[in-house]
Order: sequence, then C-alpha cells, then structure tokens
Amino acid sequence: MSSPKSAYSISTKKGKLDTHIFVVWVDNESGVLARVVGLFSGRGYNIESLAVAEVDATKNISRITIVTTGTPQVIDQIKLQLKKLVPVHKVADFKREDKNVIFKEMALLKIVAQKKKIEKCLKECKKFDPVILDKTNKSVVVQITALRREIDKMSKKLKPLGLTSTSRTGAIAMTRGAQTFK
Amino acid sequence: MSKLYTGAEIVFKCLEDQEVEYIFGYPGGAVLPIYDELKNHSSIKHILVRHEQGAGHAAEGYARSSGKPGVVLVTSGPGATNVVTALTDAYMDSIPLVCISGQVPTHLIGTDAFQECDTTGITRPCTKHNWLVKDIKELPKVMHEAFKVATTGRPGPVLIDIPKDIQFAKTNYTKFKKEKKLNEKIHNKFSENEINQLIDLISKSKKPVVYTGGGVINSGPQASETLKEFVRLIGFPITSTLQGLGAFPGDDNQFIGMLGMHGTYEANNAMHDCDLLINIGARFDDRITGKIDEFSPKSKKVHIDIDPSSINKIIKVDLAIVGDVNEVIKSAIKKINKKQNGLKDSNKQRISKWWEQIQKWRTKDSLGFINSDKEIKPQHAVKRLYELTKNQDTFITTEVGQHQMWAAQHYKFNKPNRWMTSGGLGTMGYGLPAAVGVQIAHPDKLVIDIAGEASVLMTIQEMSTAVQYNLPIKIFILNNQYMGMVRQWQELLHEKNYSESYSEALPDFVKLAEAYGCKGIKADNPDELDDKIKEMIDYNGPVIFDCHVDPNENCFPMIPSGKPHNQMILGPSDKKENKITGKGKSLV
Repeated sequence: MSSPKSAYSISTKKGKLDTHIFVVWVDNESGVLARVVGLFSGRGYNIESLAVAEVDATKNISRITIVTTGTPQVIDQIKLQLKKLVPVHKVADFKREDKNVIFKEMALLKIVAQKKKIEKCLKECKKFDPVILDKTNKSVVVQITALRREIDKMSKKLKPLGLTSTSRTGAIAMTRGAQTFK
Repeated sequence: MSKLYTGAEIVFKCLEDQEVEYIFGYPGGAVLPIYDELKNHSSIKHILVRHEQGAGHAAEGYARSSGKPGVVLVTSGPGATNVVTALTDAYMDSIPLVCISGQVPTHLIGTDAFQECDTTGITRPCTKHNWLVKDIKELPKVMHEAFKVATTGRPGPVLIDIPKDIQFAKTNYTKFKKEKKLNEKIHNKFSENEINQLIDLISKSKKPVVYTGGGVINSGPQASETLKEFVRLIGFPITSTLQGLGAFPGDDNQFIGMLGMHGTYEANNAMHDCDLLINIGARFDDRITGKIDEFSPKSKKVHIDIDPSSINKIIKVDLAIVGDVNEVIKSAIKKINKKQNGLKDSNKQRISKWWEQIQKWRTKDSLGFINSDKEIKPQHAVKRLYELTKNQDTFITTEVGQHQMWAAQHYKFNKPNRWMTSGGLGTMGYGLPAAVGVQIAHPDKLVIDIAGEASVLMTIQEMSTAVQYNLPIKIFILNNQYMGMVRQWQELLHEKNYSESYSEALPDFVKLAEAYGCKGIKADNPDELDDKIKEMIDYNGPVIFDCHVDPNENCFPMIPSGKPHNQMILGPSDKKENKITGKGKSLV
C-alpha cells in the first residue's frame, strides 16, 4: 500500500519477468564496457551473464552479449537506453524462447575424483560433446558447450561426483539461417 | 608542413570554431596550460566563478536563456568533483553543457597523483558522453564531437578530460567542417501516418488536454510559436510542466496553469478526466503523474518526444511520435489546415462542455491564499514582483523549495527561455549562479533569482562573481527562516516534528550584501513591499533583497504522495471559504 509518509509513490504492480538476450555492437574503446554495465547497474537492471570480445579488428567493433530479466517495459527501456549510448552501433534483443536464435555457452569443468567417478562424469556430459582438455590420474578438465540451463543442471549433477571448479563464458547468441541482424 | 598547435591552443581553436563567447571556470594546476593560452583569444571571455558548482550552474543559466551550449572549464580532482552536481542537474533537465576538465599527466594516471580522480568514471552516469583524451591527435575530433553530442537530439552535458601533458603536446589542426553523421543518435523520422493518427484523435476527442514540457523550450523559440499556433488552431486547454513554463503564454485563457504535485486544480483534474492527452516534450515525471495506476485513466495518450527512451518509460501511450517537437507540430498544423478546414469550428463545439467543466474547476481558485496586512505572504511577494516586472523582458531563476513552486504558480511567463529552474535534480543553490549565467547572456535585461534563504546560502559565494563582472542580478529571497518545503512535509506527514529544518543563525542579508559590495534591501511589511521592489529594480547593480515572509505558510494546492490527480489538498482559503467570505483573499 502507499505509505502516507513518502514523497514518492510506492510501486504497486509487479509485472511478469522475461529472460532476454541482448546483443550490442559497440566501438571497442576504453570505458565502453563500463558505460554499458554502468547503465544496467545505474538503472537497476539485472545482468545474468555477460560476454564480450572484439569481433571486427579493422572497424574496432566489439560484440557484447548480455542475458537479463525484466518486465516487457523494462526490456524495452534497456534496449532504448543502450541505443542512446554514443559508442553503441546497434542493439538486438531476443527472447530466450526464440527458436530462430542459437544461444550457447561454454564451460570448463574441473573434476577431481577417482577414476570411476571421473568416468561417470564424462558419461553424464556425453550429450554435450565433451572435449577433454587435460587429464591426470586424479583429475580431468572437460569443455562442454550447451545452453545456460543445461550447464546449470550439469553442474548440480557433477558436484557430488567431484566437480571442484567451473568456469563459464556466459551466453552468446547467433541468429539461424542466412540473414544477419541489421 | 602545416603548423603544429599545442593541445591548449587546439582547445581554443575548437571553441572559436564553435563560436563560443564565454567560458565559466576556475583555474588549477592541471588546466594551467589552457589558462595560459586564454590571453591569446580575445573573442572568448572567461568568467571566474567562486566554486566549480557555480561555474556549472552559471553555464546552465547561460545555455537555457540563450539556446547556446554552456562551456565550463575546471581543474582536475576537486575541480571536477565540484562540478558533478551541475552536470547531473544539466543531465536531468536536458541542458547542453560542454565541460572541459584538466587531468594529471597521462603517465601519472592511476597512481593516486596529487589532485587526481577518475573524472570520466565519476561523470559517466551524469553526462551524455565523456572522453579522456590520451592522444593529442584525438583532441580536435573529440572537441567537436563533444559539442555535437551536447547540442543534438535531447541535449545534455558532456565532459572532456584532458591530461596536462596533452595540453602541452602538439599536433595539426584542420579547420572544422560541420555535419557528420553520429551513429544515428538523432531521431526525427516520424511518419505521415503518425501525424494522421494524431489528427484523427484530435478530431474525435471531447475532453482533450495538451500537456507540454521542457522539450518545447529545447526545440528552440520557433517551437513555442508553432505550439501557440497549434493550440489556438485546435482550441484545446493546455497545461505545462515546471520546465515548460513560458512556451505558451501564462496569461492566455487557454492556459490552465502548471500541473503536477503543486499544479492547479483545473490542470490536474483535466489531466485526470480527459479522454485525450497530448504530451509534447515532457517525460511523465513522478512529480507530474502522481499515482501511476490511476494516472489519467480514461484517456488516449499521445507522446511527442525527441528521445525514444522517454516513450513508454513510465506511462504506456497509444501513439508515440519520435521527433523534434517543432517539426512534429508544424506538420500537424499543415495537415489540419490542408485536410480539415472545418476542424477549428467543429472542435470548438465538441469540446465546449469540457471548457465549461474547466471553468467550474477554475472557480475553485486553487492558487488563492489568505493575504495579510501585517505579514508579507510569500505568494503575495511573488505576485507583486510579477506585477512590477511584467512590463519588461524579465528572466527568472529560482532555487529549490517552496519559493520555487510559488514562483512557478504566481509568476506568469509569456516567452520561452525566461524561466530557469532546477526541476529534475532539484538542486538547492542553483538559482544564484544560474542568474549570473543568464545576465552574462543578456547583459541589458532584468534577471531575478527568486530564492529561499536556505538555498541561496549554498552558493552565496557567487555574489562575488556578480560584483566582479558588474552583473546587476537581483536575488529576491523569500526568507521564512525554514527549509520551507522540508518543514511543510514535516508538518503534513511527520506530525510537525520539525527535525533540523529551522535555520538558527541566519546571516543579516543586508550586511552580507554590503560585505560583497552590492546593495542590500530588507522588507518585512506588506506596505513597503512595492516601493522596495521598485528600488531593487531601479538599482543598477547586484542586489540582495531580504523579504521576510510568513514562516508558517504552506504551498498549496498539493497532491499528496500516492494519490491520483483528482485528490488534491487545497489551501486554507478553500477550507475556510465560508467563514472568511473572501475577506483578505488575494485577488486573482
């Protein structure tokens, strides 16, 4: 309810939250990531994951992929606010459910355990085409590429089997088919 | 080989190419090379302030009253941090500022050097964009881009941080060529179809209201002319936000007063009951909307704004037209004149009942107050000030608080760019330095800061600036010895617990004026008010006018928090209407 003692109104409605993936093309200059991230923190938007790297060295363009949640109104605002930043060239936003877009995340998993357990782990990972990057008697480092949710699930499953360390890239996205985002 | 210029020279070359006439600033170690260069550029005059915040607000006052960007020059560290309030203020109210700050030499950045701070980091959230120039070759491009970013689209402040070694380093300078596309950040591509939809809504509505804001002012003086033509053509009632005052004549019959928390009864009720709301260059600020869920529940909403991110940010609208206000309404006028010749008359008939309703609301006289012949009522003081200055082109600035609302309610503005107030950020201490900037831009005009005694003390040091440059600004203080708006909230919402809102040891403002070398006038009796105001106006030089007013007066009408527009608290004259029977009630 509205408090009579506030000079501000009290928020009453809580909308449904959607998960969206934003892809932002920016000039690769110093401070640009701070601008983007500062926009999110300053306006109270949420960041679930963030992936960034230069994708065009001649034009100095970096591609930032941000997974976020918000009401449709907030998602709309995020997009419009991002577009206002001077070093931002274009902004694409996709719903997580969007079938036309591929979302992938890479994870490196370190498992320290006895052979048996390690084998069990590898078996669990099988459907994500695991790549074994390092192996000793007591440990293994596996690379898998999957959806965020799948990696979440995987981590949970592997914990009791000896998963000791996880490193993840955050989701990145690409549209399916021949067209590119303009 | 072409001539090489130092960074400091390039700064001035760029300022010259941008036709900058005034810089507001304060020197310091990290900007000394730029200050050293100042003497070689006679077309640029430097105004020495007494605190960097004052430089920022003065530049804002200059920008808002002239339409040109304000330029600020400060040193590194404390110079830069002191200007942050003014940058944030300009960001909230969309004022074009270009702030140049010195920085420690590049090789010392990151070492916690003397007077070092992360200026671009600190100012990133309060500027449209900022730059740290680490390469002298970048400097000319950055300087010109800075002006472009500050002045195009929705205007705002920018900052250029220039390390001291860059100010000494040398490079070429090629003369500036105007116009380069900037990442398509400027939006002015509304469609014919949108204009048609707007006209369709206009021709169908029975209870319309036009709600205008600072965007009209920012669109340039021509936009105000276009707005007048548009509103007269369609015959709708028009209300304005605090920032939009002056875009439409305040004494016009179609103008129903300011809206929002301290807006008029008729404006807020019209907003609540209307069936068509046309927002022109305003942003549905929370001081305007009141309770969002019950904001204008029955209306179709149109929003015309140059900033796409303003659309649907707070209030969902039915029709959004993204573009420059002047361009959009110009094309709407064109369409109306071409297509629907009879619209003017048919509109009048259709909305005549609505106007009757508005007249009824008007009879509430929500800005009325009970005048006194013993004490000066603050509203009365503003009204007298208006009556005695309305015949000349007067520029008003304000601080923040009750006096600001009384000024907005009782001073009628007929032209744009005559009203400078801190609306978004609500910065106490804004008005005095802003008046300095306004007077610089308009040396022969009457410039008055309607102030509160608490606010004005926050930047009172700028009187020294006014005296140095012989700027005849008038500081009209409504002195009630309280932080009035704080006291009002405490009275109404915190059981009269006046926690820390009373100023115990105020200075003698007349003596203070004399100490600064300007004139002090004190008034505490309604009988002498007019003569003293005239004395203030007639004095050729800066004046501090200490107007002692009723300390217990509250600012009404008022929408209490969390309430919709149609549940306003009206002033005491409304409650006691029957008992007092108009005796002593102010004439409107």
